Amino acid sequence: MIGIALLVRRDLRLAFRGGTDAMMGVIFFVLAAVLFPFGVGPDAAILPRIGGGIIWVVALLAALLSLERMFAPDHEDGSLDLLYLSPVSLTQLALAKAIAHWLTSGVLLLIAAPILALFYNLPDTALLPLLTTMLLGTPTLSLVGAIGAALTLGARRGGVLLALLLLPLYIPVLIFGAGAVDGAIAGRDIGPQLMILGGFLLAALALAPWATAAALRQAID
Amino acid sequence: MPDTLLGSRGRRTSTLRAAVKRGSVQGLTTHKLGCIRGERAVFAGLDLALNPGRALLLSGPNGSGKSSLLRVLAGLLPPADGRIDWEGVDIADDRDAHRARVAYVGHADPLKPSLTAAENLFFWAGLYGFDPDIEPALFQFSIEKLADVPVRYLSAGQRRRVTLARLALGQNSQAGPTLWLLDEPATGLDAGAVSMLANTILAHLSNEGVAVISTHGGRLDELLADHAERFDMREQTP
Repeated sequence: MIGIALLVRRDLRLAFRGGTDAMMGVIFFVLAAVLFPFGVGPDAAILPRIGGGIIWVVALLAALLSLERMFAPDHEDGSLDLLYLSPVSLTQLALAKAIAHWLTSGVLLLIAAPILALFYNLPDTALLPLLTTMLLGTPTLSLVGAIGAALTLGARRGGVLLALLLLPLYIPVLIFGAGAVDGAIAGRDIGPQLMILGGFLLAALALAPWATAAALRQAID
Repeated sequence: MPDTLLGSRGRRTSTLRAAVKRGSVQGLTTHKLGCIRGERAVFAGLDLALNPGRALLLSGPNGSGKSSLLRVLAGLLPPADGRIDWEGVDIADDRDAHRARVAYVGHADPLKPSLTAAENLFFWAGLYGFDPDIEPALFQFSIEKLADVPVRYLSAGQRRRVTLARLALGQNSQAGPTLWLLDEPATGLDAGAVSMLANTILAHLSNEGVAVISTHGGRLDELLADHAERFDMREQTP
């Protein structure tokens, strides 16, 4: 546990010192979401209809953006070898990296989401469901994303490969996340969607760190 | 395998074995160790034996398998063939115990440019469970004045010193690593730093430690000469 805390603290410090790198994801999130109303026109009836879906799609792409650098710097400078040789297991390392990624991407997306909900004229009743789905969904994106980041380590054009690998896995989160927001706007019960999103998160928490660790072991050679 | 190669391996084995204390299994031994990178056999049938308190200096041209051998010994790379023993026990039997006894220094400096030298060392000390007092290690490589400078602003030689100070961290701790695997550790170091490195390694050896070091000759070789066996990887390349 101390190892995980140390790793998370180091990654947060690196993200903080890196400045703009860490903010890139959330800046992309806001800019891309702001562009859509210009494209589809400022129709007060259309924007709330598509808002939930767009915020979710853009959040997913923003999470993907910073995934490529999750393990790559440690792989390049030999830190990964030393992390492997340390008493901290690769599974713990995978979990720590996913936590750090969520804290530097998912949490920032969560903070920016209410502003975007305002842009899309989402009704007040949809705001809490949007934040709840993102709170449940974005950690899943980080955990599953870690598998992809570890698998594409050392590959040329890793970023494209990463998107190809992960987007199919992200689609279920997108469907239930955006579906819940739409349901809340239409006044339907969104309990089932939230439970499924929670189930995804628990499954990812239980399985993803082990899969990531196996992929990391392959990358160390 | 051609017979001539087997012959040369046999001779090499016997000379190195002569240095081992008879009747006791101590330190590091390898048995018919082989390594394959890509499709190519880097080395094969490698028999080494190294007693506590001794260093092994690996020499040989680029691509002769020095780095691969060090990575195999560290457990970072699985051997294609053969076995590595520590005190007579196969290291594959207890991977965690082997990881705990290895200190590995590779080509790259595993330092984060935006963190200071002290922060980098402090992180590795914490992760490895070493003594969190990093001052002595900084003094050992005379980088105490650079402690609060971000690694980004350090020269290549200064970064190397910070990397090597990690060895001192383990040395100053209870139950630090006993097997040091150093891949061309003196790269980029000035004469003074090479002496500091040699002193650190000699202190480790005098403490019954074992070290395997790849070199291209030079001052480090001379300083360690009295406490080291030599091994030319050229003779192992199939």
